[in-house]
Amino acid sequence: MEYVLMFIAAVFVNNVVLAQFLGICPFLGVSKKIDTAIGMGLAVVFVLTVSTLFTFLLQKHLLNPLGLGFMQTVSYILVIASLVQLVEIILKKVSPALYQALGVFLPLITTNCCILGVAILVIQKEYNLLESIVYAISTAIGFALALVIFAGIREQLAMTHIPSGMKGTPIALITAGLLAMAFMGFSGIV
Amino acid sequence: MILIAIISLGGIGAVGAILLYATSKKFEIHEDPRIARVQEVLPGANCGGCGFPGCSGFANACVNAENLDNLLCPVGGSAVMEKVAIILEKEASKTDPTVAVVRCNGTCEARPKTNQYNGVSSCAIASMLYGGETGCSYGCLGFGDCEAACDFDAIHINPETRLPEVIEDKCTSCGACVKACPKNIIELRKKGPKSRRIFVSCVNKEKGGVARKACTNACIGCGKCEKECAFGAITIENNLAYIDPVKCRLCRKCVVVCPTMAIHELNFPPRKEKDTEPAVKPQKKPEPIETTTPENK
Repeated sequence: MEYVLMFIAAVFVNNVVLAQFLGICPFLGVSKKIDTAIGMGLAVVFVLTVSTLFTFLLQKHLLNPLGLGFMQTVSYILVIASLVQLVEIILKKVSPALYQALGVFLPLITTNCCILGVAILVIQKEYNLLESIVYAISTAIGFALALVIFAGIREQLAMTHIPSGMKGTPIALITAGLLAMAFMGFSGIV
Repeated sequence: MILIAIISLGGIGAVGAILLYATSKKFEIHEDPRIARVQEVLPGANCGGCGFPGCSGFANACVNAENLDNLLCPVGGSAVMEKVAIILEKEASKTDPTVAVVRCNGTCEARPKTNQYNGVSSCAIASMLYGGETGCSYGCLGFGDCEAACDFDAIHINPETRLPEVIEDKCTSCGACVKACPKNIIELRKKGPKSRRIFVSCVNKEKGGVARKACTNACIGCGKCEKECAFGAITIENNLAYIDPVKCRLCRKCVVVCPTMAIHELNFPPRKEKDTEPAVKPQKKPEPIETTTPENK
């Protein structure tokens, strides 16, 4: 039950994009088509889970015993970057189809701040390993959900008459704001 | 303290580097070096006109194929395919260059509006709803889906006629506009010698009177051109004439007899006055070469 609540909280109430405003760059960048949004969402679910697992172990077994808490950010980035590279190399050989599907999004995720954000958040909230993994997966699903919804809206928007001054990024930002307000309706349910 | 920090961070980095090196060696993919060389000679437009996902997909298909018969880069044409053939030591199939042709001449003047459409500005959506703003339900809708589909800036809607116009020099005949047009108006036709070509600029299949009422430039299927053509290149089907680009010898007789001026000639020198006979015959008669021109009927 505890994990279900955690899942709902992470997906809807504290949605990583629409409530915590992490990972806005891919949210605006790769949300023009639903297909690419789904690809990006899957890649984030995958990388976020794996990277949270590794950074959690790094924190508990290397940084904490040595008293190197101040190196958290820099060592996390190092680990995440090499991890994504590793995954990319293996994926290219083992599953070319999946590699094609994720495409350029996989390396792009390295610099996605919601990955680093979640890795740091689970330490701050003092979760244990299992809780961290559940939290990471739920957050990533929340990210994918927000991205797909937003992409769907933008696909519809592309076919309507928009005043020329509002075309492109302005209308996208307004849409994102409205979507964030819509998600505020979930606050307090958990 | 500093030392520990440096050592541990360096350690993480070193472990990561070794791990990456080891996996990249273990999971190395042996790509055929010819794929990269073929890709170099391809135009790199990634338009998908060949039917493969991008130029790398096409290069891969070329290397793996036994012969190059059914493989053609529409952008590069025969010139590029010959280069590919040299790299792969295979025979390239020869094809004539093609170009996109708009088969509708229903300008605003010729085709009076019968209603007004205020919906989404997209041919695909408008064609799902109904036949268009004019009496001709076969003709161009003029919302420019073809213009949006073109990666090469080669097709534009003329604001006066509201018909698309192809810029021949830019057109690579990738076929993107052909797929984008919900009315199947655009056709890839043989470019012809000195890019001279003759085509029926109408796709209306209504009977003569109905077609004529909807658009004064429509093909009414009267059959005059069919009788005039000495080479059997023109066929009439469903009240619509079609000129076979393979059989057509560019004599231009059909252009003159068409009562509605639906047959268009492009890039020909002007005729001499009072001379209904073809003024200048093309110097060399084009040899009837096998083409792969698709007929989008």
